Amino acid sequence: MESLTNKKKVLEQKPMTLLERMYLPAIVKGMSITFMHMFRKKETVFYPEVQREFSENWRGMHSLKRDEQGRERCTACGLCALSCPAEAITMISAERKKGEEHLYREEKYAAVYEINMLRCIFCGLCEEACPKEAIYLDGPIVPADYLRKDFIYGKDKLVEKTIEGVNA
Amino acid sequence: MAVFYLVAFLSIFFSLLVIFSKNPVHSVIYLIITFFTFTIHYVLLNAQFLAIVNFIVYMGAIMVLFLYVLMLLDLNVNSEPVKSSLMKIAGIVAGMCLLVTLAGALKGSGFLPAGAHEEVVQRPNLGLVKNLGQVLFHDFLLPFEVSSLLLLSAMVGAVLLAKREPREI
Amino acid sequence: MKLAIVIDGYYFLEKFGLITVIFALSLVVAMYSTLAERKIAGFLQDRVGPNRAGWGGMLQPLADGVKMFLKEEIIPAESSKFLFIVGPSLAILTACIGSAVIPWGDTIVLFGRTVDLQVTDINVGVLYIFGVVSLGVYGIMIGGWASNNKYSLMGAIRAASQNISYEIAMGLSIIALLMMTGSLSLRDITNQQHGFWHEGWFSWNFFSQPLGFLIFLVCAFAETNRTPFDLPECETELVGGYHTEYSSMKLGFYLFSEYINMFVSSAVMSTLYFGGYNYPGMDWVMEHAGPTWGPLVGVAALLGKIFFFIFFFMWVRWTVPRFRYDQLMNLGWKVLIPLAIANIVATGLWMTVKATYF
Repeated sequence: MESLTNKKKVLEQKPMTLLERMYLPAIVKGMSITFMHMFRKKETVFYPEVQREFSENWRGMHSLKRDEQGRERCTACGLCALSCPAEAITMISAERKKGEEHLYREEKYAAVYEINMLRCIFCGLCEEACPKEAIYLDGPIVPADYLRKDFIYGKDKLVEKTIEGVNA
Repeated sequence: MAVFYLVAFLSIFFSLLVIFSKNPVHSVIYLIITFFTFTIHYVLLNAQFLAIVNFIVYMGAIMVLFLYVLMLLDLNVNSEPVKSSLMKIAGIVAGMCLLVTLAGALKGSGFLPAGAHEEVVQRPNLGLVKNLGQVLFHDFLLPFEVSSLLLLSAMVGAVLLAKREPREI
Repeated sequence: MKLAIVIDGYYFLEKFGLITVIFALSLVVAMYSTLAERKIAGFLQDRVGPNRAGWGGMLQPLADGVKMFLKEEIIPAESSKFLFIVGPSLAILTACIGSAVIPWGDTIVLFGRTVDLQVTDINVGVLYIFGVVSLGVYGIMIGGWASNNKYSLMGAIRAASQNISYEIAMGLSIIALLMMTGSLSLRDITNQQHGFWHEGWFSWNFFSQPLGFLIFLVCAFAETNRTPFDLPECETELVGGYHTEYSSMKLGFYLFSEYINMFVSSAVMSTLYFGGYNYPGMDWVMEHAGPTWGPLVGVAALLGKIFFFIFFFMWVRWTVPRFRYDQLMNLGWKVLIPLAIANIVATGLWMTVKATYF
């Protein structure tokens, strides 16, 4: 068959010379290489004591942000859930009552906000879709657990801790 | 002598087990133990070299090959063909013939040449490599070389048989 | 006249002590070989290896041992139970008895008694080692067959054919050595390599039999089932090879026997080809250190050689990839055996020429 491009390169396999068939020179060469590696710098990071920095565009566990006054930014518009390719986000919205202005910034807020961490693929699309800058994937690695139900993270785990002195 | 009788009893016991065990692999393993008792016999006779060669060649090489072949067989009871009684009778006759021949040969030699036992006991170096080599390469040079030729021809024959014939195109 | 061994109490005691020491030594060395293997693997791959259990990982072998003992013991229902247990026992037995004929040191004066640092000096010592090595394959074969698992069986079959093929080349490579030494006793062979320099040439056998040593080395790798010849337990093709079905300490015995085999074959190599307990300038040391400490330096020299060979085994393991099965057989039958025979012929010619003209 004629090749479609002229990029094809035929690999020529010559029969091995006697020196090559003896294997030994190649083995000695390889062993000298591995021996030199004994004195190289070790690449090991001693994990629990030393932790490697996450990269700048690292996407880890989600956190629901608060504004400067400590109020939740999320308005439960559902754009994050809509954009989520893994359908990991569910929420139930509620209307803000009188006297709750110090808790929620917008008039509508998420009463229940759940992310299934087993479904989440950490793509960061929710972060991009959010109009209120309320969700960011800036947390650490999601820890392991024993039961599937424990991987459905609610607001207790997702919402940022309140800032001391602003909202108590 | 007590050691001899114990070892002799063990060799006969295990060689009987070779015959009577149903599973061929077990038979081979009993045969290996039998050969091991033979090795002890050689040691008792001060024949160290023969003992160790028996150990290496029979236990270490030949029986490994036996076991090797048997492991590849399908050992189901169903696939065992029922042997005809004619075969059994022929087997008994052949075995008896061998027994008679052995007995006759032993009787002809008068069991042991007189003083053989004293010979073995009084010269503990009799079975050492050096003496054995002297005898083999001096007194029995021709039979030794002939038997090595025989082995060589057997080896060449085996290679020829095993070799695939060149395919005609 | 019976065998003229005067068995007095002290003789019995010193042999018993020696056996205990050698047995403990080979077990401890094998134990720490498992750690060394992982450490060296780490170093060769720019890692640090196990370092959590104890200082620098020194207690790792103990932790592994405890883990092995506490694991659940599984015997497959369809297996032949007795043989399933016999397999690993045979493997560890044959691995342990090999060290009996190795001379660990010169005669030493301890508490006013002259002691031979060798369990027994039988005059067919080399052949005894061969016998034990050839027996070693039964542990693998019986265990592999008794598992009633096709992968185990494949592993067992590979082990059998590999060991038999390489035993021939090994024996032939040794014959050239024996032609020069004229003795089968390991102590005689060691004493002939006294010192380092003798009559204008190195006295160690390696320098007069380099090709023989090379063949022996390759065969030793094959007999101990070490990479590049670890096809019986080749996990890319055979799951776990002959010990697929084994668990708990029975598996531990198989793994352990490999390391003891490595220790014993290192000892045999250093005794046969690298002068055993001999080292350069030993006469001077013997004169100055006295009959107790002088031989002990020799023991240390032998141990140093053994540790180097164990390191070499591991170094090769983490460098050279595994052979393919047909390559293994080609190497054994078509390369090593003819080479070994050529070596015998060359040695014979050289000895004749030397005897006639020098």
